Order: sequence, then structure tokens, then C-alpha cells
Amino acid sequence: MLSTPELLLIEDDPGIRRFLRASLAAGQYRLCECETGQDGLAQAAARQPELIILDLGLPDMDGVALIRQVRSWSQIPIIVLSAQGQESVKIAALDAGADDFVSKPFAVGELTARIRAALRRSAGLPGGGQIFRAGRIEVDLDKRVVLADGEEVHLTPIEFKLLRVLVRHAGRVITQRQLLNEVWGPHHMEQAHYLRVYMAQLRRKLEVEPARPRHFLTEPGVGYRLVGDLAC
Amino acid sequence: MRPDPEELLRRAEAEDRQQTRGKFKVFFGSSPGVGKTYAMLEAAHRQREAGRDVVVGLVETHQRAETGALLAGLELLPRRPVTHRGITTEEFDLDGALARHPDLLLVDELAHTNAPGCRHVKRWQDVRELVEAGINVYTTLNVQHLDSVNDIVAQVTGVIVRETLPDAVLDEADEVELVDLPAGELLARLAAGQVYVPEQAKRARESFFREGNLNALRELALRRTADRVDAQMRNYRRDHAIDATWPVTERILVCIGPSPFAAKLVRAAKRLADRWQAEWIVAFVETPGYATLSEERRTSLLSALRLAEQLGGRTVTLTGTRVADALLQYARSKNVSKIVIGKQAGPLWRRLWRGSVLDDLIELSGEVEIYAISGDLGAPEPALAVVGPRPPWPQWAGAATAVALCTLVSLLLRPALAPTNLAMIYLLGVTVVAMRCARRVSFMAAFLSVAAFDFFCIPPYLNFSVNDYEYLLTFAVMLTVGLCISGLTARVRQQAEHAVERESQTQALYQFTRELGGETRRFEVARLAGRIIGDIFSAPVVIFLPDEAGRISLKRRTTEQLPLPASEEGIAQWVFDHGERAGQGEDTLPGASATYLPLGTAPRVHGVLAILGEAVRLPERRHLLEVFAGQTALALERATSGAAAAEVARRMEAEQMRNSLLAAVSHDLRTPLASITGAATSLLAHGEGFDEGTRRGLLEDIAEEAARLGRLVNNLLEMSRLESGAEVKRGWHPLEEIVGAALTHLDHRLAGRAVKVDLPPDLPLVSVDDVLLEQVLINLFENAVKYTPAGSPVDLVAGREGDAVSLEILDRGPGWPPGEERRVFDKFFRGPAGNQPGAGLGLAICRAVIAAHGGAIEARNREGGGAVVKVTLPIGGVPPESPSLA
Repeated sequence: MLSTPELLLIEDDPGIRRFLRASLAAGQYRLCECETGQDGLAQAAARQPELIILDLGLPDMDGVALIRQVRSWSQIPIIVLSAQGQESVKIAALDAGADDFVSKPFAVGELTARIRAALRRSAGLPGGGQIFRAGRIEVDLDKRVVLADGEEVHLTPIEFKLLRVLVRHAGRVITQRQLLNEVWGPHHMEQAHYLRVYMAQLRRKLEVEPARPRHFLTEPGVGYRLVGDLAC
Repeated sequence: MRPDPEELLRRAEAEDRQQTRGKFKVFFGSSPGVGKTYAMLEAAHRQREAGRDVVVGLVETHQRAETGALLAGLELLPRRPVTHRGITTEEFDLDGALARHPDLLLVDELAHTNAPGCRHVKRWQDVRELVEAGINVYTTLNVQHLDSVNDIVAQVTGVIVRETLPDAVLDEADEVELVDLPAGELLARLAAGQVYVPEQAKRARESFFREGNLNALRELALRRTADRVDAQMRNYRRDHAIDATWPVTERILVCIGPSPFAAKLVRAAKRLADRWQAEWIVAFVETPGYATLSEERRTSLLSALRLAEQLGGRTVTLTGTRVADALLQYARSKNVSKIVIGKQAGPLWRRLWRGSVLDDLIELSGEVEIYAISGDLGAPEPALAVVGPRPPWPQWAGAATAVALCTLVSLLLRPALAPTNLAMIYLLGVTVVAMRCARRVSFMAAFLSVAAFDFFCIPPYLNFSVNDYEYLLTFAVMLTVGLCISGLTARVRQQAEHAVERESQTQALYQFTRELGGETRRFEVARLAGRIIGDIFSAPVVIFLPDEAGRISLKRRTTEQLPLPASEEGIAQWVFDHGERAGQGEDTLPGASATYLPLGTAPRVHGVLAILGEAVRLPERRHLLEVFAGQTALALERATSGAAAAEVARRMEAEQMRNSLLAAVSHDLRTPLASITGAATSLLAHGEGFDEGTRRGLLEDIAEEAARLGRLVNNLLEMSRLESGAEVKRGWHPLEEIVGAALTHLDHRLAGRAVKVDLPPDLPLVSVDDVLLEQVLINLFENAVKYTPAGSPVDLVAGREGDAVSLEILDRGPGWPPGEERRVFDKFFRGPAGNQPGAGLGLAICRAVIAAHGGAIEARNREGGGAVVKVTLPIGGVPPESPSLA
């Protein structure tokens, strides 16, 4: 990376701002802080940061609405901070276009890992010719070849379609809704169990221990995340 | 003596009711034409001038000019046209009056009978409803309409007055104003055409308006008013404790039987009771012969009992084989001082034959006084009807065959036996017939036997004539014995049938009470009661329960289909509001398609029972239904108070939970907070002085304690969410995925342990809340990690068990404390070590979640050491079709 990337932090709690400032601004990143949503929107437009960290519990406006506004003009990666147990809010944020979420309380390491992954994704979006690697798995989307331990694994068309969506968004959480829409189309949004059955199938074919997955991870109540070598 | 507390309470309640009730005043007169309506209108004008809102609900002027003139200046409520069978009459508009809700309403002629199609049969019921609704009412009444003097009026004047009303209505009046006019003056007014138009007046003078009649009626009216004033005086003295002595109330017992004379006896008793200031009880003794009475007579008996209740008496049904014994036994148990009974009419021979209740009573009464009142001797006792359904023809044929058979045997034995002994064979035949057939049939067999005996067995044979007149005696005895056997056998059989019926009713009621007793949910009680009552009465029964606002809706009912027209919702509401019966067979809204009964008595009515059709036309059936309705009301009452008690218990438990939560949590919250505060403040104060190792140690403590605090807070929040009845968001999930998510979450904590997961690949999808179930697995694994040595293995084994799946988490730690396997799921239960952090909520949360899924969770110790927790979850229905994975 050529210059230190600028991050925009929209968070009203001074304690959290302070420790994020200390750990993020210490080395790799420049940090711009905002206390309110309105200010955050203005700064996002003015400064064009490379990533936004957004607290969903802002006093002046709804975080999900803010995400929608930003998405109307920019694809800047957005990571949301939300309290644990608020699955529906997380889903709403992800569906509105957020890239990832971290539940409070969180360890700094967890957040910086997500930031790194998001920045990488936005820097070089997996385009043609790229090969996705995760542990023993290799996926070549162009050639439609999936290898495990170097041996080709046969996938059904739907399994491959699902894998392709996951690979394209590798590292980030995709909600069930998004997956259903992209794989089966808008008319099968209620068939969540289809998705679960196919995910289980993918795990059986690609994971070493399907009941202790390393790559095809579940975020209960929210969606799925494919963790590859690149992302972590 | 001090006033009876219950009596005081009753008066206090009555006064309470008075607060919201309107007042009603009766202008009471001895006969038409004394000027009641006129007096009422004059009083109304005075009230209007005093500024009150006065409306004329209905006034009959009978075309009297002076009265008509008085209507001027008063607001008139429009009458309501009622059409019945093509005839339109104008009636008082009750709903209009309730809607207009004036301060004072005038309603003439309290005893009037409404046209069919009105809500109530009688106008006094309209007035009662108005008063209950808080409207003050002025009304008029003539003495001859009172129930208790009705028969005297008929005796004195020879005119039978059909429109009567219960005396209680007059007793309820807040004020009674006597409108009095001496007979001479009334006759003069009549002659002057001031009462009726001339032609009517002439007829009236000839029949009703004779001076003797008028004087008698005037005396009745004056006496009735004097009684009332007397009672008021006594009440006043009692209220103000003027009387030093509290009158000992006498009790009189009136015995009635199934005769048309019963109603008269009840009225007489009421007058006696009034005169003696006594409490009166009307008793009917149900002897085994009751079952043989005709329906008509049973109806007249029950209507007499009802009349007694209307007149303010208590009624009781006694059972016994001898009327006098049952009466006296009851009288002694209730301290009755006087027994009133009707003198029995009927021929002397019958009294001698059967004995007379009166004679028995006088003989056995001892200290109790006996009063005999003469019956109406003019009305002959109706002949004892032979009742019962028409016997089927096989019985007749069978009886004839039996006689024929006896004849055959007699013919065979005729050479060997004396004719009188052959008669015995016929008697045997009659006995057999009587045992199997109806009374009519065995009577016939008795006659037929005598005829056949004469024809075949008495010389000259094959001829009805008799040579030896001695045989006439044989015939007479044979016939008498035959008839007696028939009668007695039939009676015994009927009594047995009656006993069986009573027994089955008692059984049904017992069964009913027991079944309702086991049910605690109000709606279920109602549903069950509706179903059982419907079965017993073989008629559609619906029970309606009110909503919170006290509205009856036909939607809140106990049956799928509504067997009633939807337009009758208003009737159910009326019954609920007033706590009175209505509908078929009742005085209110008799045109309805069902009979409506309130469940409970006002003001605690729990619902309304509707029974369709004519199932309860007979008074006994109605009485039985009332008993069932009463039991249902009790069960509903119990369910209501049960629900209230459960609510209180739940609140107390919540309160206790909060207390123990505070106690348990305060320690667990403070300990990590103390470590964090201590470490952070020492770093702040001496940070520079510490070496690198110390500083790092303190920082690690802060992070670790904060994580612990975080878990604790999470558990607390989760528990409170579950306690407040968090909704379970079910979806069809593969268990593998949820197990995987939990293991991923615990990756760090399980580091260094062998985790063996055994999930059969063919496990079905289960309907669960994935987030909650993941939490359960996390808690179970964390628990296993917490209480077992580092590095020891943890296993998870799943399997299918019928319509459920099971999940077992097994460790190799010290196991559960023996005997505590159940308690470990209680809130705030802590492991024995005591040094482990945590509030004892983890397993409690597991149990709450699993219970919310309808599953079970249990703990046991593992063979070879270690602990096992087993979760059983119902699959939760039929899993949706899985996509074909090909």
C-alpha cells in the first residue's frame, strides 16, 4: 500500500473512540472521528475515506439509514459495531450494504483483522483469473474447477453457484437473504432451509471436519462467512 | 339482642345498589278511575317545574279529557309499533327510553302485558330494567293486579284478573302513594262520564263497579298500603335501634302437592306469612309416586313452586316415603313453628284407604302448629291418569298369549283340579304379565283371565253363564287380586325406573363436577361444560365468555359452528349484563331460538349458556339445567380465581428471583470489577515503575476479567430475555450447522482438548431457534470446560429417538455432585468447588431454552467417570421437503 489509509470512525462513546484511536492511529491507519451520524455523512462525502467504522447505536440517526445513504453514492467498505444479541439489526445493516460487523464488546485484534480483510477486498476485488484458496481448498471460478487436497471435487450446479457467491464475498458475512436472492433468485426467499441443506453439503464435500468447520462458517441468526487464506 | 350481622350486610348491599339505581314510585289505587294517572301527571308537572328532566314514556288517558289536558307541556316519548301476526299495536319503547335516559320517566299501568315481540313479557320488567339503568320512574298500579290478592279479588268481584305481577315489585318500590277515592265518589265520577265514555261506563257499572266490589277493593288497597307503612316503621325502628328487642322471626312451612290448588295455597301462605311477619318456606315432598304423575300436574306443581319464589318465599323439595314424616323432620331441623297445609278434598273412602297427610301431621306434630286451609271444593280432583307411553303391540299380544297359555294348561288340568285352583294358574299368568308389561296391558290380562276362567273352567263350559253363584265371589277376588298385582308391580317397576333415572342424573352431575374440577383454564372449562351439557340434554349448547371489557361476542364461543342466529348476540349480552334468564320459555324475549342462562349471579356473571330448541321445555329439565349451569359457574369462578392465584405466585417468584439474582450477582459482578479497577489504577499510579512483565500481567488480568464480566452480563441478559417470554424464532436447521457454529465460537476455549463429534449423517432437520440452541451448546461446552481438568476430552453424540433428536455432551471430569443431578439446572446453582466464577445461570438458561422448545434436559454421571448432559428436542413437525441434492 502506497499511503496510510484513512478510516472514518462514527461513534458517540468517547471511551471506545479513545481506545480505537490509540490502537488504530498508532501505526497503519489515519483516523477521522465523528460523534454524530450527520457529521459522519458529511465527512464521508468530503474526505472519501477508504473504510467506515460505524456504531449502530447513534443518538441522532438510524445507523441502517446512514448505510443506505452512503451506499447511494459509494462502495466504501463499512464495518458496523453492534451490541450482541441484536441479530435483526445486524441483518438489516448487512442487507443495507454493510460489509461486516463486530459485536460489542470486542477485542481490538478482532476489529483490525476485519478492517484488513475489508481493505484487501476493496483494493483488489476478485476478478477474472484469480484463484481462491482456503486451507486445502482451491477454487478456480473461471474454469469451474474445485480442488480439495489437489483432487477435483464434483459439485452440483447449485452447489457451485452457492460457492461462487461465497467466494466473491469471501471474508465478509453474507445474510441468508442475500444468498437466497443470488443463488435461487427473488422468488425463493422463504426457503431458508434449502440454503442450510446446501451449505451442509458443501461442508461435507470440502471441510475436513464438517461439524467443526474452518472455512464455511455460520453466523447464527445472521448468515454465512467464507474464510479463505487471503482474508485472514 | 343485637342486629344480625348478615342482615346488616344485606341491608348495606341493598343500599349500595340503591346508589346507582333509579328510584321508582308507584301511584297505587283500588280500582280504575280513582285518579292514579291524574295524580302521577300532576306530580310530574311539579317535578318539571322544579327543574327536573321529565319525559312521558307512556300514559293511557282512556280518553279522559282532564287527564289528556295534563299531558300538555310534557315531552312525550314516541311509541314503538309492534307487529305480531299482522296486527300492529303501539307499545312502550324501552330502548328509546334507555337511550333518551331522562331524569324522570312516566310509565302508566305497571301490570300491563306487552305485545309479543317486545323484549319483556310484562311491563314491570321494563320498569325494573329502567330503574336498574339509573332512571327514576313514576308508574301506576291497581290492587287487583297483585299476585297475592289475585284470588281474593276473583272471589269478591267474580272477575278474574289475568294481568298480574309479583308482590315483590311493589315491595321494591321506593315510594308508594295511595290514590284513594271513596266508593260513592267513584261511582259518581263514573256516572258523570269522567271515568269511561258513557257506553263503556254503563257496562262497567253493571259488572265490576258495584259498590260492594269497590269497597272490598278499597279495603285491600288500604290494607296493603298500611302493611307497607307498618314495615317501613319497623325498618326505621330497627335501623335506628329504637326497638330494644329484636323480633324473633317465625318460620312457617307450607306443604303443597301436585294439585291445581297449590297456587292458591301458596298465595294464602304468603298472606299469612306477611301477617305473622314470618319467613316462609314452601315444601314439596317427592314421594315414590311422583314419577307416576302426569306431565300436566308436574308442571302445575313446579309453577306453584315458582310462584312461591316470585312472592318472596323459599322453596325446597323433600324426599320421603311418607309426606308427614319428611315434613316434620325438615320442620324440626329448621325450627319451623307452623305448618300450613291444604285440606284434602276427595271422597271419604279414599282418605280412609290411603290415609291423609293432615291426619298424620296432626297425630305426629307435637309442638309444631298445624294450619289447614280449605281447598277449592268446587274444582273436582282430576282423575288419576294412567300415564306412560302407549305400550307397544307385542306387549298386548304377549299378554293375550299368556292368558291363552293359562287356558290351555287349565283345560289339561281341568279333570284333575278343582276350578278354584285353576284360578291360581290364571293369577300366575297375570303376575308374569305384570312383571314384564305396562300397567294397561296387565289390567287387560286380569280382565281377560277372569273371562277365560269363567268361559273355560266353570261349568257350564264354553259359556259365560254360571251355575253355582259361589263362583261370583271367586271372580271378584280373582279380579281384585289380579288388578292389585298389576298395579303394585307396575308401581314398583316405575319407582325403580325413576330411581335409576335419578341415579343417572346424580351420576352425570358428579361426573360433570369432577371433570370440570380438573380443568383450570376458563375457556377449557366452558368448552368442556358446553359439550357435556349438550350431551346430557341432547341439544346444541353454546357457552359465551365475555372479553375483558365485559362484552359478549358470538365470536368468543365454545363451538366451531354457531347454532344461533347472529342477531341474538344482544340477548346473550342482556342476560350477561342483568344476570337473568331470557329466551325460550322465559318471560324475557320468549321468541328467541334458544334459552339463555347466566352463569353465576349478578354482579359476578362469568358467561352465558345458550341451549337450543325445546330441550328444556319441561320444568324438571329446566331445573336440572340450572343445577348444571350453577356448577359451571362455580368451575369458572374457580378457574378465574385460580388464574389470579397463579399470577400472584408468578409475581412472587419473579420477586424472589430478583432478590436472589441481586444476591448472587453482586458478588460475581464485584469480583472482576475489583480486579479491573485495582489493576488499572495501579498501572495509572505506578505504571512507569513496573517492569515489563508486571505491567503485562496486570493488563492481561484486566482483559481476562473483562471477558468474564462480559460473559456474566450476557448470561444475565439472556436469562431475563427468556424469563420475559422471549419468542422462539423457529426455523428448520441441520443440527450439524448449529453444533459447528458453537464449536467455532469456542475455538479458543477448547484449545488443547480432544473434541469428538458424532453426528449421524442422516439426522433430520429440526425446527429450532438456531441462536438460542447455539447458546445452549456454548453454555454446555463452557460448563464442561470449566469443571474439567485442562486437556481432558469433551464429546458430543447426537442421535434420533422417534420424533425427537437427542444431543449428549460428555466429559471426563469429576461428574455431578451425587444427588444434585436435577438441581444443577436451577437458577444460581453453583458447582461444589465454589471457586469457579459464574452466577449459576448457564445451565438454567439451557433448561429455559429447551423447555421453550418443548424438549427435555437432564444430567447424569458417566460410566467410568465424568458428567453427561442430555438434551432431547422434538423434531417439531414434519420437516419440509429437502431439495434434491443430485
